[in-house]
Amino acid sequence: MNELDELLKQAEAHILQATDLKSLDLYRVQYLGKKGQLTEYLKNLGQLPAEERPLAGQRVNAIKEKVQELLDERVSLLKNAHVANQLAAESIDVTLPGRSQDFGTVHPVTKTRERLEALFTQMGFSVVDGDEIEDDYHNFAALNIPDLHPARAMQDTFYFGDGKLLRTHMSPVQIHVMNQQKPPLRIIAMGRVYRRDFDLTHTPMFHQIEGLMIDEQVSFADLKGVLINFLQAFFESPVPIRFRPSYFPFTEPSAEVDIGCLSCKSQGCRICKNTGWLEVLGCGMVHPNVLSMAGIDSERYTGWAFGIGIDRLTMLRYGITDLRSFFENDLRFLKQF
Amino acid sequence: MKFSESWLREWVNPKITREELCEKLTMAGLEIEELAPVSDTFSGVLVGLVLHVEKHPEADRLNVCQVDVGLAQPLPIVCGATNVKAGIKVPVAVEGALLPRNIKITLAKVRGMTSHGMLCTAHELGLAEESNGLFIFPDNAPVGKDVWDYLQLADYLLDVSITPNRGDCLSIRGMANEVAALTESALITHKTPEIITTIKDVLPVTISAEKECPRYVGRVIRAVRADASSPVWLQERLRRSGIRSISPIVDVTNFVMLELGQPMHAFSLDKIVGGIDVRMAKANETLKLLDGSDVTLNPETLVIADQEKPLAIAGVMGGLDSAVTLLTQDVFLESAYFSPNTIARAGRNYHLSSDSAYRFERGIDPTIQRTAIERATQLLLDIVGGKPGPVIEVSFDEVIPRPAVIKLRYKRVSAILGFDIESKKIENLLQRLGFTTQKINDGWQVTVPPRRSDIALEVDLIEEIARLYGYDNIPCHHPRGTLQINSATESKIPLQKLRQAICDLGYNEVVTYSFIDKKMQALIDPTIQPKELLNPITADMSVMRTSLWPGLITTLLYNLNRQQSRVRVFETGLRFMPSGDELKQERMLAGLVYGSSQPEQWGISTRPADFFDVKGDLQNVFKLTGCEGEFIFKAAAHSALHPGQTAQILRNGQYVGIIGTLHPAILQGLKVDAPVFVFELFLDQLESGTVKQFTSLSKFPEIRRDIALLIDQTVPAEVIQGTIKELGGELLKELKLFDVYQGKGIEPGLKSIAVALTLQHASRTLVDEEVADLMERVIVTLKGRFNAELRG
Repeated sequence: MNELDELLKQAEAHILQATDLKSLDLYRVQYLGKKGQLTEYLKNLGQLPAEERPLAGQRVNAIKEKVQELLDERVSLLKNAHVANQLAAESIDVTLPGRSQDFGTVHPVTKTRERLEALFTQMGFSVVDGDEIEDDYHNFAALNIPDLHPARAMQDTFYFGDGKLLRTHMSPVQIHVMNQQKPPLRIIAMGRVYRRDFDLTHTPMFHQIEGLMIDEQVSFADLKGVLINFLQAFFESPVPIRFRPSYFPFTEPSAEVDIGCLSCKSQGCRICKNTGWLEVLGCGMVHPNVLSMAGIDSERYTGWAFGIGIDRLTMLRYGITDLRSFFENDLRFLKQF
Repeated sequence: MKFSESWLREWVNPKITREELCEKLTMAGLEIEELAPVSDTFSGVLVGLVLHVEKHPEADRLNVCQVDVGLAQPLPIVCGATNVKAGIKVPVAVEGALLPRNIKITLAKVRGMTSHGMLCTAHELGLAEESNGLFIFPDNAPVGKDVWDYLQLADYLLDVSITPNRGDCLSIRGMANEVAALTESALITHKTPEIITTIKDVLPVTISAEKECPRYVGRVIRAVRADASSPVWLQERLRRSGIRSISPIVDVTNFVMLELGQPMHAFSLDKIVGGIDVRMAKANETLKLLDGSDVTLNPETLVIADQEKPLAIAGVMGGLDSAVTLLTQDVFLESAYFSPNTIARAGRNYHLSSDSAYRFERGIDPTIQRTAIERATQLLLDIVGGKPGPVIEVSFDEVIPRPAVIKLRYKRVSAILGFDIESKKIENLLQRLGFTTQKINDGWQVTVPPRRSDIALEVDLIEEIARLYGYDNIPCHHPRGTLQINSATESKIPLQKLRQAICDLGYNEVVTYSFIDKKMQALIDPTIQPKELLNPITADMSVMRTSLWPGLITTLLYNLNRQQSRVRVFETGLRFMPSGDELKQERMLAGLVYGSSQPEQWGISTRPADFFDVKGDLQNVFKLTGCEGEFIFKAAAHSALHPGQTAQILRNGQYVGIIGTLHPAILQGLKVDAPVFVFELFLDQLESGTVKQFTSLSKFPEIRRDIALLIDQTVPAEVIQGTIKELGGELLKELKLFDVYQGKGIEPGLKSIAVALTLQHASRTLVDEEVADLMERVIVTLKGRFNAELRG
């Protein structure tokens, strides 16, 4: 029986020495295979005396099991090591940049237009736009600005010489809507407008939003309510707001609206010329002459309108300092938004 | 309107600080543009009398002056000014004086002579932008007096922005009325003593254009001393209102205009032949104006003429020949009311502007002409002396604007403003502004003061009430209206969504000018005559774009000049396309691609973008419509594009737009070294989509079959795919072209095209035979139609 003990010792040494699954399999065959050494022992059991057989059989089987156990342990060990090696070899630098077609950007003025649209459509306003080349009637006369009116000088106009001009504000769009639709009206018009002015703070093309609400019982108090609501929503802050009387031929009463300077928190700085206020928009109650010319009964209906420079709002919102950068289209500028 | 605080306070003096005053004016619609001291501070400057002047022994251009500044001894002062002479009175900065710009005066040796101070120009005192020569005071200036006090410089300048409707505020009197109303203070009355006429001379005045000139008031003043100098107070008042002192007579007319709002004119009486006729100009009459320019008049222009010739463009500018000069002895003063449109038209016709025209075209008080001429006469008599004749007046009462009488309904005030103001308060506010109110049934009859030509309607009165009440005191309401969901058309693709999709494909949105350089336009669309501006701001912004490409190309060049190597931009906006006599304003979406197909990144070899990258981007965008199959690309031509790399895009046969590679000749001209791809599409065509309807999914397996074909290179891929689709019918779920190859191993003139067919039956599993049969038919048909061979 010493022979069996020797065999177990030898098998154990072999198994523990094996460094890969392949050699381990060879040992399995050598000891436990069909012609393996332990298998041979079992085959030879028959040659033993009958009374010894059960005991011997038990003993061989026990050793076989032991060998199998050693093999299994070793296989599992080697397998784990293999996987670990493989995983180690496959590891990557997760901090390398990802790959993609970079997203582009919408123009900052467009960003503002989209926000304005989102804010006013909440209140049931519809968005309209129209032609940019207009006639004198829709840009001026229908807005209570007859020929020779001094207010024409307020808006230096581009002309084509055939009675056509580049719209100086979004109001012509409102006139078209008033001519085509009946009150109640709630619209905003956004788009490009043009004035003959080019310096540090003016570009000959810029963007405007104009809003118009016409209904029965629409008042100046409503206008104040809506614009304060809007400005505070737009700037996402309870900015101070003041209404100052002003003059536009197409509204009466008319107002200009200032917000507390965002840059100095109303303390007075270069941007607000030390007044603490920044002018952001003009507005007023639609002039009865404008309503009448558009065929709207100015006794039954009243309305208000406002106009805002979108570019200026965008500058205030995103801290842009030069109006002209909107139209230079420097990619390094555009990609910031 | 610029004026000094002290002047205003002579007319109305509310007990509030200047800052409070400015705040009140701004909040009443008279916005303060500037509030500033009238002068930089200085000290130690005295009125001095130059006693004696002699040449500096060591310097030709310098003089040594003995100057009396009220001290025991005259001061020796070295002076380089050319207008220095004995007998003049000038500002003298004595030792220790501090001048603006931080200049300190000390005893100084000038070429060996000690100078005990400095004689000053107006510029050196900070009173003028520039000066040539010393500031010379009038003879009655008190020697030794501190100049700061003498000129009353402890004063502030207010610059008020006056809206076009408030012509009445273009004078001290008008501003004072407004301030009195705002602060509830009393106006300080300024009565002009009646002028005692000393001669009987009159000049015949006729008005031949009474509509344009309803009132003309004049006066002869003889024997004036036109070469007298304007007193310092007058010069300072004018200076603080931004008007240059010219001569005492002109200064007085300007002063009265600033004080009362009535523009005036003074003629040299001896230049007037016969009398005055206020008439329309005759065609082709000419006139040399005060500014030296010659104008040829047209019959729309109102002129002040004598028996022979026009003397002045009424209300706008006088003529040079009849102007007063230092030699003038007899003056004819004019104070008239001209209709606003007449003056505005003249200003526009001759591109003239003047302080006078500015006031007339905004409407002056039609009742003030006599007061103004009396005030001017009084001042002239004080300053230049003379013998005044009687006032001459010609008026046409029926055409003089009458004070408006307007019915104001109480309920309308509440309706427009959105809240109720007490009746008493309304009356009080209106009366403070000079309106008279008379109670009637449901409101008032309100009479407007003649100076307020801007008030014509009930709503104008309501604005006045609101303005004086204070806009900030008006409550804020949320409007009430019918709540209703606006229709939202799902099949219309919002622009915002299209824009976002393009951004997500790596394009940056740009906004370029709608007017462009004529040359750039001609480069892209040489056969189209663009709409051209009459008054462009610069030559490179002179024609309306007929394509968005010029703006995008300009953007490309701008960025290439700033070391950007990859440019993908797009823009939406109108293009202006002439079409016969009409002009179509078309909403477009356009893009431009330059540089690599992907941004430079590790692990991908960069390859230049090509036509198909851009086409693929567009096809992705078309998917937003849900009808991408409707869009087809067809080879086409465009003068700005590469003839072999241009396609027009059609949707159900309708033109959608064009895509292509910019023509190499254009790129060469622009010095761009790599291909540039552009597209331009009609937004309307992209915005109409469909509301998708579900189709049920087949439960049966899909089968994929790939084939590679050798085919003549001129056969368009679309035609090959069309043939396969036609044969595949309902079984063909998807057809993918996955390879195109020409080159090594392929006979010249041929190309290899590989396609994958995905087949599936809606209601059963396909059997091998029918798949094999279909593939056989595809191969045979392609061979039959295009001589295509299956590639081994």
